[in-house]
Amino acid sequence: MARKKTIRTIPQERTPVAEQDPGERVKNFAEVSHGYSTEEALLESERCLMCPEQPCVAGCPVSVNIPDFIQRLSDKDYRGAYDVITATNLLPAVCGRVCPQETQCEGVCTVGDTLEPVAVGRLERFIGDMAITAGWASIPYIEPSPFRVGIVGAGPAGMACAADMAKAGCEVTVFEAFHESGGVLRYGIPDFRLPNEVIDAEMGNLEKLGVNFECNTLVGRLFTIEQMIDELGFDTVFIGTGAGYPSMLGVPGDSLNGVLSANELLTRCNLMHAKEFPDYDTPMPPAKRVAVVGAGNTAMDAMRVCLRLGADEVYCVYRRSRAEAPARAEEVHHAEQEGVRFKWLTNPVEVLDDGEGGVGGIRCVQMELGEPDDSGRRRPIPVAGSEHDIDIDLVVVAIGTNANPIIGQTSRLALNKWGYIETDEQLATSMPGVFAGGDIVTGAATVIEAMGAGRKAARRMKHYLGIHDVDTPYFVEGAETLFGIDLRERNFVRVRVPESSV
Amino acid sequence: MAREDFSDATYLLEVHHPMMAKAARPGQFVIVMSHEHGERIPLTIADYDREDGTITLVIQAVGKSTREMQQSCTVGTSLYGMVGPMGMPSPLGQASKVLCVGGGLGVAPIYPQARGFKENGAYVIAVIGFRTNSLVFWQEKFESCCDEVIVCTDDGSAGIEGRVTEGMKLAISRHADIDECVAIGPPVMMRGAAEVTRPYGIKTMVSLNPVMIDGTGMCGGCRVKVGDQVKFACVDGPDFDGHQVDFDDLMARLGRFSVEEKAAMKRWSESCRMAQQVPETGKPTE
Repeated sequence: MARKKTIRTIPQERTPVAEQDPGERVKNFAEVSHGYSTEEALLESERCLMCPEQPCVAGCPVSVNIPDFIQRLSDKDYRGAYDVITATNLLPAVCGRVCPQETQCEGVCTVGDTLEPVAVGRLERFIGDMAITAGWASIPYIEPSPFRVGIVGAGPAGMACAADMAKAGCEVTVFEAFHESGGVLRYGIPDFRLPNEVIDAEMGNLEKLGVNFECNTLVGRLFTIEQMIDELGFDTVFIGTGAGYPSMLGVPGDSLNGVLSANELLTRCNLMHAKEFPDYDTPMPPAKRVAVVGAGNTAMDAMRVCLRLGADEVYCVYRRSRAEAPARAEEVHHAEQEGVRFKWLTNPVEVLDDGEGGVGGIRCVQMELGEPDDSGRRRPIPVAGSEHDIDIDLVVVAIGTNANPIIGQTSRLALNKWGYIETDEQLATSMPGVFAGGDIVTGAATVIEAMGAGRKAARRMKHYLGIHDVDTPYFVEGAETLFGIDLRERNFVRVRVPESSV
Repeated sequence: MAREDFSDATYLLEVHHPMMAKAARPGQFVIVMSHEHGERIPLTIADYDREDGTITLVIQAVGKSTREMQQSCTVGTSLYGMVGPMGMPSPLGQASKVLCVGGGLGVAPIYPQARGFKENGAYVIAVIGFRTNSLVFWQEKFESCCDEVIVCTDDGSAGIEGRVTEGMKLAISRHADIDECVAIGPPVMMRGAAEVTRPYGIKTMVSLNPVMIDGTGMCGGCRVKVGDQVKFACVDGPDFDGHQVDFDDLMARLGRFSVEEKAAMKRWSESCRMAQQVPETGKPTE
C-alpha cells in the first residue's frame, strides 16, 4: 500500500449493484441481484479502510477475516481472498446473499460511522461466485483421525459442523430427512434470492472434503440419537435439525383451506418445484389476492413467491411498524419495489370463510405502539373499533416457528420449557458426546448464526474427541492453567487415541 | 421390491429397507417419492418383517401419483425415495380386550396393530370391511393373530352384510367388556366407528392421513383439530382420540387440492392414452 487510506480518500459512495428490473423480475424466478462485476468489486474494495480495530470480524458469527480478504481482492489476488474466507466459512456465495450484513459486519463497519458501510456481503458473494465459476475448492491437507461423527440435519448448522469435523480428519456422515440436502437453503430461501446452483456448488465442496450425505433419513424415528452412539458407532453426534414447527395464527378460521404456513408455501415452491406444476407433481394453492402475516425474511420470501406465481395483490400484514420488522432491510425494499402492499400496525383477528371452506377475506384490527416489551420493542396494542376486512383468498402465516418435537420425543435429551434442546455455553447437551446448535437450540435465527453454532460445536467436539485443534486452544473460562499446563498453549491434548485403526 | 395386486385399484408393495423394518412400529407411516419430479406421498405402514428387512405398503390407485406408481413399481424396481418410519407409534397399552376396525384400505394398517395387541396379551376382535367379496384381502392373516374376525361387505357377498359399524355393533353386543377400539379407514368410516363406541365410552383411536409434505412437523399442512387444539398429524399423531377429532374439518382439508388433483389426473390419463399404455393390473408377482 502506497499511502494510508482515510475516510476522505476512499470512494465516498457505496458501489451500487445491478438488479433485475422490478417489473420484469416479478414474472420470473431468476436471481434479483446480478452481483458485482470485477470493476465494481475492485472499486468497492477500495472503500475498506483496513482499520486496526476490525469490528467487522467480531461482528461476523463465524469470524471471517474480512479486511484480509478485501485486501487480497483489492490486490486482485482473488484466489487468496477465497482461501481467506473459506478458512472459516465454506459457503461464501450463500452467505454473501443471505446474511443480514446490516446487523453484522456492515452494521459495525468503521466506514459506516461516517458514510455507507463497505458492502462486505456483495464482495463476499463476488468471491464466492468467482470460485464457483472457476471451480475452486479449499481442500486443505487433512490428517486422518479414527473418529466417526454423525450430523443430524443437512442445513447450515450441520454443514458448518460437518466441514470442520471433516477438516479435522473425522469420517463425517450427515443425515437429512428430506430427499435433498441443504435444509432451509433448499426448502426455504427461494431461487430468486439463492439459486439452487449456488447451493449445489458450495455443498459440493463439502463432499470434496469427504463428507457423506444420507438423505431420506429421519433421525429419531429410523434410529435414535442413543442408537447412533451405542449401536451405529458414532463417537460424537451433532444435532442441527432446525426449529421448523410453524406457529399458526390461533384465530377463528385458522384451519380453512386457504390458510397455510410460509414453510409449506416455500417448501412446495422451492423444494418440490410446485412453481413448475404440472411438470412436477406437487401443486400450489391457487392465489390471486394474498395476505402474508409477519414481516421477517420468511414473510418477504413468501410474498415475493406469491407475486411470481401470478398473484395480483399481495399484502404484508404486520402488527408492529416497519422499524420493528425483523427482515433484512434489502428484502423489505425489494418486496416494496415488486409491489407488495404493506399494512403496518395491522393484526389479523379472524380469517373469513368464503362459504366453501376456503378463505374469503381476513379481518384485521389497527394497532398502535405502547411501552417496550420483553424483546425491547414497543408492544403493539389494538385500537378499539378499528376492525376492517381485507379481501383476499389466501393467507400465508409467517409468524415464526416452535421447536420441532421429533428429537425430544425419541431421546432422553434434556429440553427447555419451550421444547428446544438444552445445552451449555459450549453447545454440549445433557448426553455425553452429543452436541446441538442452530435453531433447535436458540429458536429461529439466521443462516449464519446457525453456521456459527455449528462451528462452535465442532470446536467442542474436537476437544471431546481429544483431537489436537490448532485453530482454537482448549480454554476454560476462568481457569488460566490446569495442572500447571497453560491452556492457551497450543499443545494441550486431553486424550490421545491410538491411531492403529487408521 | 415385491408386489401383489388385490384388485384393479389396490396393490401391495413390499420394499426392502432393513433398517426401517427394524425401526417400524404399528401406527407409523412412511413418505415415498416414486420419481424425482414426484410428490411426497404419505402411506401407512401395513406390515414389516424384521427378518426379511421389508416394509409392506398397501396402496390404492386413486390419483395421478398412486396410479403412476401402480405402473412403475414392479418387482426389482426401486423408489426414488422413502423416508420413515414417521409419526408416533400407536400406544398398544394395557387394554385387555380390543376391537380393531379396518375399512377398505384401512384393513392393511390395522393388521400390525391387531398383531401388536395380541402380542401384548390382549383379546383381539378384528372387524374388517370391504365393498364386496372380490376385494377381500388378508382375512387369513387376521385369523392367525386375532381371537375373532368379523368380515363385513357392503353387499353381503362375504361375511355379514353392511358396513364395519354393523360388525362393531355385533362385537360390542357379544362382549360388554371391550376396553379399547382402534379404527382405520376413510374419514367417513372412522367417524362412523367413533360414533358407535361413543355411547359405550370405549376409548377409540383413529389414524388420520391428511395432506402432508415433509412429514416432520415442518410445514403444518397436516394440521387437524382434535378437541379444542390444533395438532400436526405427522409428529403429534397420526393416531388421535376419535371422539375428539373434528372430522368435518379433516374432510374439508383433504379436499384442498381436489381441483389440481383432478387436473393432474386428467392430464396424466390423456398422456397415457396418447402413449398407448394400458395399465397392467391383476397380475400377482409373489
